[in-house]
Amino acid sequence: MQLLTSLIDGLLIGFVYGVAAVGLTLIWGVMSVINLSHGPVMALGMFSTYLLFTNLGVNPYLALIAVAVFGLVLGLVIYAVAVHRVISAPHLSSLLATFAVNMIIIGIGTAVFSTSPHNIDFSLGSIYLGPIILPAARLLAAVAAILFTVLLYLFLYFTRPGKAIRAVANNRMAAELMGIPSAQVLALSFGIGTALAAVAGGLIATFFPFTILSGGPYELKSFVICVLGGLGNPLGALLGGLLLGGLEGLIPTFMPVSWVPVLEFGLFILVLLVKPSGLLGAKT
Amino acid sequence: MKALQRFGFWLPVLFILIWGLYILTVRQDSAREQAFTLLMFVGLASSLNILLGYTGYVSFGHIVFFGLGGYSGFYFLSAHNLPLLLSALLGGVVSAILAGLIGLAVLRLRGAYFALATIGVNEAARAFVSNFEPFGGATGLFVNYSVYQGFGGPGPALWRTFIYLWLIVLITVIISYVIKNSRFGLGLLAIREDEDAAMVMGVKAPRAKTLAFMFSAFFPGVIGTLYFFKNGNVEPGDAFSLHMSIEMLVMVMLGGMGTVFGPVIGAVAYQGLRGFLLTSPLFKNLHLAIAGVFLLLIVLFVPAGAIGWLRERFLKLRKVLE
Amino acid sequence: MILEVRGVSKRFGGLQALTNVSFTLTAGRILGLIGPNGAGKTTLFNVINGVYAPDGGQVIFREEDITGKPPYEVAQRGLARTYQVVRPLQELTVRENVMVGACFGREKHHKAPAAHIADEVLAFVGLAKKADLLAGSLNVAEKKRLEMARALAARPYLLLLDEVLAGLNPSEISAMIDTVRQIRDQGITIFMIEHVMQALMTLSDEVIVLDYGELIAAGTPEEVVEDPKVIEAYLGDPKIAQRLLAQESPDSLA
Repeated sequence: MQLLTSLIDGLLIGFVYGVAAVGLTLIWGVMSVINLSHGPVMALGMFSTYLLFTNLGVNPYLALIAVAVFGLVLGLVIYAVAVHRVISAPHLSSLLATFAVNMIIIGIGTAVFSTSPHNIDFSLGSIYLGPIILPAARLLAAVAAILFTVLLYLFLYFTRPGKAIRAVANNRMAAELMGIPSAQVLALSFGIGTALAAVAGGLIATFFPFTILSGGPYELKSFVICVLGGLGNPLGALLGGLLLGGLEGLIPTFMPVSWVPVLEFGLFILVLLVKPSGLLGAKT
Repeated sequence: MKALQRFGFWLPVLFILIWGLYILTVRQDSAREQAFTLLMFVGLASSLNILLGYTGYVSFGHIVFFGLGGYSGFYFLSAHNLPLLLSALLGGVVSAILAGLIGLAVLRLRGAYFALATIGVNEAARAFVSNFEPFGGATGLFVNYSVYQGFGGPGPALWRTFIYLWLIVLITVIISYVIKNSRFGLGLLAIREDEDAAMVMGVKAPRAKTLAFMFSAFFPGVIGTLYFFKNGNVEPGDAFSLHMSIEMLVMVMLGGMGTVFGPVIGAVAYQGLRGFLLTSPLFKNLHLAIAGVFLLLIVLFVPAGAIGWLRERFLKLRKVLE
Repeated sequence: MILEVRGVSKRFGGLQALTNVSFTLTAGRILGLIGPNGAGKTTLFNVINGVYAPDGGQVIFREEDITGKPPYEVAQRGLARTYQVVRPLQELTVRENVMVGACFGREKHHKAPAAHIADEVLAFVGLAKKADLLAGSLNVAEKKRLEMARALAARPYLLLLDEVLAGLNPSEISAMIDTVRQIRDQGITIFMIEHVMQALMTLSDEVIVLDYGELIAAGTPEEVVEDPKVIEAYLGDPKIAQRLLAQESPDSLA
């Protein structure tokens, strides 16, 4: 029973990991940029939720809508300032440009929030499903994560801008020839990617304490998840998130918890080497 | 040796030679400490440049070789009482061998996939070492105080460590020059420009890449051992800091990747800027943000780096600056 | 017999790019390879020089089986090639580009002699004055010559030329035709893909024709042009059929 509880607990967090990873993989899929500012944006999502809740008393789950809008705008700004100029340059340029953004956010964030831990004091208690006890915050976070993923799916498949994003991801040159304004589409995709990161950060903040540096480990997890699911494949990223969450739930019942990252990154390298298109066999 | 007649060779070599001699003449502990950090980054950036600048592979987790080599060297030193220099060299050898093995696997990946894999290698190594009892697990290893007796006390030991570091960095830069101007280096440059075309011209790319990876891992291993010996301890957080790894990339980029002198002044400039920001009362709290703005400006507007820019701008300087 | 291709097949997923292709090439001659777009010509080159391993069949080069050997080993045995879409090493100088050929090709020179060979070859292809420029700064015709120089600096026995005339203007074409002849006269065997028909007809000793990955004809240029199977293959591609039948002058083809 302990095993099942750990698994479900892990899967619930996995949905949240999935949302962050979907954001990262969307950006990669559309513009082949690995966004190294993903973690700090998640941290900003955590702090925005915190500020809205602590200072204005906004329910953290309602605050997510504002956090998403904030993430979107932030992403548009980051794209315009740092990414647009290096979009066709070698990978190193976009990696370093987004890392510069990472430094700027962490630098300002450290000055404003210091690096001491914060937490959102909003307890929902636990939910009892027969013998399984689950923290309600995680259950709600998973529900919210699923909701945002569904919204993203509807957006990508049933709206014009969404279809334009998929077209550009598929073949930027061809999409441009068809008259799709690729610069705007790229900016929008980047914005949606960071909005998802901010939302994931906000969700994590509802059940874990955090600092301005907390985004880093989640960013690394997002890399792992994206590779497991196949870089550039949003559905794969979501399933990869579940896989990683499930592993994180299960592994500690068999061995010390400190071995979790060894196995995670071991798996990551293995997948990159053996099946770089991801476990789900998506075409990248 | 034709290199001895070339200004491009003497510029970085004399720079480091005179710098070290100057520190040895002033004999101040604070100056030595500052020079140690700077020289260390010169060495790290120059070794990374062999892979990044000459071969075109973006190793994001290159610090893993500083960590693994440093840990191994430190282990030989503290657990087996081997002499410092020998331990450091062994640390470098372990680093190079691991790079050879890792390289056989990850060098098949290209572009961003390779960069991601190197991040994964670094994180996996950090997580593994944190659980590895012979290396002290999460708390790491400490220098046994008796080690200093062989040097005549901690003070002389630190000076000796500095001299070793200085010489190793000097050798790193010389090797970097020699590789760049060798037939092997020409093969690496060809791989950087177009790996498939290079192979069709006869460049044995898999072997050349692996060798370049091993060279660029050897020196960080040696430097890591000396650095952790100087600190008196080694722990996973210091040894596998992804942040430091990216700083190495920034230094190479700042000075000009693919040039010999670029990483040298890139490292000095970056550390100088950082030191200035950290000590300035105005910027202290925002030093990271300002360094970020600075990096962004470089990446967006001077991607060739300082030396690269000079070489592009003034063709005559090509013969002088390498 | 310098090259012998025996029953080579290559498939990419569901696409059969080459089916049981066999032919031989005698040393010292120029063999032309034609075929409609997508017929598998460049794939055949890639299989011969080791970029792709074939799914079946053998490639024999100078009495040695080189099937499936990596491209660098094939290159070191004296087989060089140029690319249809030029691939200069942009950030290296023209001389350095050519030195790569000399250093890693058949004779594996050290850098000093390689530089000497590079200057010699650059003079031969008419790029001597550009030796110190970055390869990326050359124009298309010069880049084609650079590709050729790089291949020649390897001192190959056999040279594969992939559409060296495409994209050149008429005077550049006739200069390039002369260059190809001179290379042959130096004793280097040439196997070339070409869309500029008239040039191919005057240069080649023999021509082979690929269509949908199959070898449909082989013979002298005159025989091949009159082969009904070849005409039929090209009629599937009316534009090229027109060129072939009308035998226009090269300037309207480029």
